[in-house]
Amino acid sequence: MKPFAYQAPGDVVDAVRSVAEDPAAVYLGGGTNLVDHLKLGIVSPDLLVDVTSLTSAEITDGDGGGLGVGGLSVGAAVRNSDLAADPRVRERFRVLSQALLAGASGQLRNMATTGGNLLQRTRCVYFQNVSTPCNKREPGSGCSALAVPGRPAPTHDGAGWTRNHAILGASEHCVATHPSDMAVGMAVLDARVRVLGPDGERVIPLTELHRLPGDAPERDTVLEHGDLITGVELPPMRGRSAYRKVRDRASYAFALVSVAAVLDVADGVVRDVRVALGGVAHKPWRATRAEEQLRGAAPTPANFRAAIEAELTDARGVDGLDGGNAFKIPLAAATVTAVLRDLAASETGDPR
Amino acid sequence: METELTLRIDGQDHHLTIDTRTTLLDALRERIGNTSAKKGCDHGQCGACTVLTDGRRTLSCLTLAVTQGGAEITTAEGLGQDGGLHPVQQAFIDHDAFQCGYCTPGQVCSAVGMLAEYADGWPSAVTEPGTTAELDHDEIAERMSGNLCRCGAYANIVPAVQAAAPRREGTNAGGAR
Ligand SMILES: Cc1cc2nc3c(=O)[nH]c(=O)nc-3n(C[C@H](O)[C@H](O)[C@H](O)COP(=O)(O)OP(=O)(O)OC[C@H]3O[C@@H](n4cnc5c(N)ncnc54)[C@H](O)[C@@H]3O)c2cc1C
Ligand code: SF4
Ligand code: FES
Ligand code: FES
Repeated sequence: MKPFAYQAPGDVVDAVRSVAEDPAAVYLGGGTNLVDHLKLGIVSPDLLVDVTSLTSAEITDGDGGGLGVGGLSVGAAVRNSDLAADPRVRERFRVLSQALLAGASGQLRNMATTGGNLLQRTRCVYFQNVSTPCNKREPGSGCSALAVPGRPAPTHDGAGWTRNHAILGASEHCVATHPSDMAVGMAVLDARVRVLGPDGERVIPLTELHRLPGDAPERDTVLEHGDLITGVELPPMRGRSAYRKVRDRASYAFALVSVAAVLDVADGVVRDVRVALGGVAHKPWRATRAEEQLRGAAPTPANFRAAIEAELTDARGVDGLDGGNAFKIPLAAATVTAVLRDLAASETGDPR
Repeated sequence: METELTLRIDGQDHHLTIDTRTTLLDALRERIGNTSAKKGCDHGQCGACTVLTDGRRTLSCLTLAVTQGGAEITTAEGLGQDGGLHPVQQAFIDHDAFQCGYCTPGQVCSAVGMLAEYADGWPSAVTEPGTTAELDHDEIAERMSGNLCRCGAYANIVPAVQAAAPRREGTNAGGAR
């Protein structure tokens, strides 16, 4: 590990300016991803700036701040466990509490911050192993999940382990997935991310924070170097919500597929529905095509299935040494159908 | 880069000059001589290095020591009072909840932290939303899933943790800390 300096400054505007001006400076949240990456040699900064002293660790009601009654404002330094346990989050945004509790472990959730969770990096094994080519870690070096340059051509399309990789929105340069559960839960809440940059503050819809890999997989998000996430705003929501995660073991594992959904039924038809998928793309995947198809339709399992199948017509599996990941396409369809069916069945008046 | 730091471990202050790259786990083991926190994976995956930071369970292998000035760190060594064992430690012995013992200090610290979270009304991934969780097998397995036991002593760890849980009356306060 390269030596680095550590600072816990008090003045947030100064801190943002100094990080923006120094390409070798990074923010430190709970450290559960960054410290791991320091050890693995994935990053080698000269300076760590602690954001837990710069951003709020409070969850506040939105009434005063223009968010509307029932909205919440979450400081970037709020720990994942505190957000999951907050009675207001459990009551009003069940999907978010469930998504948080489905992630990592009790110890990790006590450490991980809201900002750091959003900006955690992919768990692609080749990204984490500095001895294997990876376009995300080293642009232009190749993608080990797809094909390793210089290696004899594989007998199938894929050359690597692709079980945790994308089926939607991937490119020939990168098929990595974003690993956050929390971000998938926030995606269906139309959450907004507050960002402070050297030129001032701006607000980015959560679904536009992460990007698809395209030909620049080294860029996970639309943020520029030095941009500090200061918090997340959750506008009030109507309807019931839920999160369901499918993984290789019952707990403490990343998602193969996860589903966050909000469903609001009135007069026997879907008044509003929002669906997001995790484990399937480089970003939380809002299933907007399925949502459009369902608005105004009857909330039946057949309609739910037809809508998610329409969403997944562009999904493609990636072959791999482990059998590839095409299994995720029917898995995603079945999981979305089940989550919406359960939400429709529990539609008994008590809004969640 | 070296920096000066005071770490408060098990109620005692330790003044150190320390490389900023040092994790809390390495500071404990290599500098302070407290080897109760174990290095299993060093990557946040096993829970063997679990300690309590201001009463909350955390992983010392992913914590940089420089971030811990002013924090109250409790390790398995400092859990008991007046030379006695903490009730969770005693329950692990009573239930034969270990084999090699390598994961045990982390399990014990994690269980102490977990029971405090439970007492505060925190839910888990298997808690039916809107209900009060009983600390049954599934709840304990889920809440303790961050602690792996390579010997597979889980069959005794779960009953030990259950036995150490204070009896709780009434309903879920539903509160966060
Ligand atoms: C064993 C293990 C299992 C896990 N399982 C899961 C899981 O199942 N589901 C899941 O969702 N996650 C899982 N995680 C990941 C975990 O949720 C993340 O590591 C954590 O949320 C990151 O938050 P942090 O505060 O520790 O971030 P850090 O590690 O401190 O930072 C992460 C990144 O964000 C940047 N950053 C941090 N805060 C800010 C800010 N305010 N503004 C701008 N940049 C910032 C840092 O520079 C760094 O690049 C797991 C992690 C481990 C180690
Ligand atoms: S999938 Fe993306 S992160 Fe993984 S090796 Fe390929 S380029 Fe790197
Ligand atoms: S040594 Fe810290 S989690 Fe394994
Ligand atoms: S008792 Fe040996 S690892 Fe748990």
